[in-house]
Amino acid sequence: MNYASLDAIRTDLAAGKVSVTSLTEFYLRQIKENKDINAFLEVFAEEALQSARLIDQKIAEGKAGKLAGLVIGIKDNICFKGHKVTASSKILENFESQYSATVVERLLAEDAIIIGRLNCDEFAMGSSNEKSAYGPVLNPLDKTRVPGGSSGGSAAAVAANLCHATLGSDTGGSIRQPAAFCGTVGLKPTYGRVSRWGLIAYASSFDQIGPITRCAEDAAAIYSVIAGFDPNDATSSSKPLKPCKAKIEENKVLKVAYLPDLLQNESIKKEVRDAYQNALNTLKERGHELVEARFDYFDYLVPAYYVLTTAEASSNLSRFDGIRYGRRSPNAVDLDSAYKKSRSEGFGREVKNRIMLGTFVLSAGFYDAYYGKAQKVRRKVTDAMNDLLSGCDLLLIPTTPDTAFRFGENSDDPIKMYLQDIFTVQANITGHPAISFPFGNDEKGLPIGLQAVGKYFEEDLLLGFSAMLKA
Amino acid sequence: MKFEDKYEIVIGLEVHAQLQTLSKAFSADSTEFGASPNTCVSVITLGHPGTLPKLNEKVVELAVKLGLATNCQIREVNRFARKNYFYADLPKGYQISQFDTPICYDGYITIKDDAGNAKNIRLERIHLEEDAGKSIHDQDPFDSLIDLNRAGVALVEMVSRPDISSSQEAGLYLTEIRKLVRYLDVCDGNMEEGSLRCDANISVRLKGATELGTKVEVKNMNSIRNVQRAIEFEFQRQCNCLETGETIYQETRNFDAVSGETRSMRSKEMAHDYRYFPEPDLPPLIVSEAYIDKIKSELPELPEALFQKFVKQYGLPEYDAYWITEDKATVAYFLQIIKHTEDYKAAANWMMGKIRSYLNEKGLSIEKFPLGGEKIGELIALVKSGKVSNTVASENIFPALLENPIKSAAVLAEEKNLIQQSDESALSAWVDQVIAKFPEKVAEYKGGKVGLIGMFMGEVMKISGGKADPKVTTRLLKEKLDA
Repeated sequence: MNYASLDAIRTDLAAGKVSVTSLTEFYLRQIKENKDINAFLEVFAEEALQSARLIDQKIAEGKAGKLAGLVIGIKDNICFKGHKVTASSKILENFESQYSATVVERLLAEDAIIIGRLNCDEFAMGSSNEKSAYGPVLNPLDKTRVPGGSSGGSAAAVAANLCHATLGSDTGGSIRQPAAFCGTVGLKPTYGRVSRWGLIAYASSFDQIGPITRCAEDAAAIYSVIAGFDPNDATSSSKPLKPCKAKIEENKVLKVAYLPDLLQNESIKKEVRDAYQNALNTLKERGHELVEARFDYFDYLVPAYYVLTTAEASSNLSRFDGIRYGRRSPNAVDLDSAYKKSRSEGFGREVKNRIMLGTFVLSAGFYDAYYGKAQKVRRKVTDAMNDLLSGCDLLLIPTTPDTAFRFGENSDDPIKMYLQDIFTVQANITGHPAISFPFGNDEKGLPIGLQAVGKYFEEDLLLGFSAMLKA
Repeated sequence: MKFEDKYEIVIGLEVHAQLQTLSKAFSADSTEFGASPNTCVSVITLGHPGTLPKLNEKVVELAVKLGLATNCQIREVNRFARKNYFYADLPKGYQISQFDTPICYDGYITIKDDAGNAKNIRLERIHLEEDAGKSIHDQDPFDSLIDLNRAGVALVEMVSRPDISSSQEAGLYLTEIRKLVRYLDVCDGNMEEGSLRCDANISVRLKGATELGTKVEVKNMNSIRNVQRAIEFEFQRQCNCLETGETIYQETRNFDAVSGETRSMRSKEMAHDYRYFPEPDLPPLIVSEAYIDKIKSELPELPEALFQKFVKQYGLPEYDAYWITEDKATVAYFLQIIKHTEDYKAAANWMMGKIRSYLNEKGLSIEKFPLGGEKIGELIALVKSGKVSNTVASENIFPALLENPIKSAAVLAEEKNLIQQSDESALSAWVDQVIAKFPEKVAEYKGGKVGLIGMFMGEVMKISGGKADPKVTTRLLKEKLDA
């Protein structure tokens, strides 16, 4: 059973060629047989099978929801009532959520089956999934290589067909980069389009939940269910959700902006640049209009991103103090040592790095030089992106400068690791929607991802665009 | 030489007021006072992973109300900010507050001393924030206990400029704030229960100096009186330091109500760096002109305006007007009475006299007073018509009304046979009776002890059962005795 799309599954379900139960059993076997990938932290096997039988019944009665037949995994930073959620951290080892994220409720309401929770970098901080407290995730396409991060488990699970689709979260590329490394489609919606209620926060003004899928049409189906206003998230947009078709109208000429500088840039892998050029050629051949654009802020993106996200993270992660829930150090003797020991023992190195950096940039005397300045960069970059997008339908750029790298390759040099995010952080800094989709392979056969960045709330266009380019 | 002659004190007060909302500032949890510990705590209050704040709009309404009543500017674009610090009763590790955009700013509160001299105390800002939980250190011998019911309850912090120059002024200022928040139904104003809390910034300088002295912050004063005691103590302590050449440290001090002293809590170096930054979980709060106008139109008449009206329009003595405007319920009752009478002074007298002593005796508040304002109106009318004396009205009819609030005052007076007797022939008979009864006294009177008229009057009242019209009786007595 290797379904290319949810549509194909639903066709077979309708024809009685497959049942949700058999599908679920298949994925459970897949997960068991591919344990070495370490994509799943926990599998909700019994519960999934129970739901599957119920949904089969609903299908028989013609009462099934829009996502009946979808077996989905969720990143381990999305809360599901009565289930453990750890953000791949020791500090939340054995923590069980008392409520469900809005996205989870919406998936369940449409009869999706949540099959388990997926490994990721601790608190979604990382670009390789090497920073999980529960071990790295292997890239199923080459197990000596990273799947990308932080939603590494989410991308690997889809690539290895351990479930049909997954949810990830994206703060600086955490959906798109692993999607690119694993040859899958990853959508980061407009900031505020998908509720963050129930998403364990890394950097609140950057985080968005989105789907990782085998095709753009699946991403559209899931996005349509999880997106939309949520009163529980004050930053969620009340703008009505347009129906999402993931299809560009025939004969519609798209204005696609691109950055010619990148085609010459030697710090980008040759094959990635070639794929970029190929995509541009294809678009031209199909009669679309290419718009040369400039974007002068790449040098500022990663520094501004790390100042702002670590600042928010330092505050967001203060609640993990060992007092009310989560890990409390057995060596604590008083309040002060409970804080210090629980946090020192509970958080991994990368998380500590970021908490310290964030605390520093917010502290008295340094605020203006770092946080204040980074906020100004954020405003400037946002203006520049809006300017750029005003003259076109979308901007096409590579998702990453490289394809999936080997374990340990970038671990010694955090700056080198952080530069992995150079093309992805921009959409989180400005809040624009962006999608990564596979487009060609490098000389080793590893997938290359290209990225389309669109105007606010134009997810449908991005989805249609990636579907069209793939076809 | 006394310190008071050489030095002056400069005080700024920070007042925290718990807003009277049914639910918390950023969650639907109840704010009920006295609920069992840790029962008003949802995942939001507990700071569980993935939870987000949701602004309670009532909070904004109350803050704007308070801002308008204290002559503040109201800010259109507000940002919330996070104030970061670790404490066991602070679930998220930060308080949601406001930093550089307080919702109200540049206002003032007018205080008045006993002589009626007014002074404006400027308000720098009023900002919104959420309360922390409570740490309880004295109930368990080994552990500190945490109650998170209070965590997330909405507060406003009102920060004054250093315009307060004595403990008396501090007391007047706090009394005025308490009166105001109660008037506006913004806060119950209860300092003992902690719904109104005050920190004082105190410094001392040579009289006439223009620069401020080193500022000391004093915390933990749970009554107006204790704020005043702390100020008085600090004045003496800081003057002593200046006299003996000791350094005054910029620090936070704790007030101990038992000893009446303040003690050092933490120095400036140990002060928290709160690392304020914009709260990313909440969009900017926009307070529109139209919204402000709406709140303005719904604002009740404020104590100062009522005071002026009562004095100028109703001709009440300032003392009476001040007493009535002390709280909103008293004003409401007064207004109820004067719907039924134009004798404002009589209405005030009833409230400050019989009604007050009745309430005191029963331990009731004015809201619980069983008689409607129209009954007091009837009593005033009855006295005015001359049918009963003031004494009969207050000593006989008022208690009868309390027992039988359905009947009118006039009916009760009739039934109890209390209508004043002003018929001269009946009065004459009583007067004659008294004169006949006390021949010696009559002789003394005639000998020059005219003060005895009061005693004769009393005797007539006694036989008449209080019904004798005092005016006519006096005239008759004089006529007969002087004859």
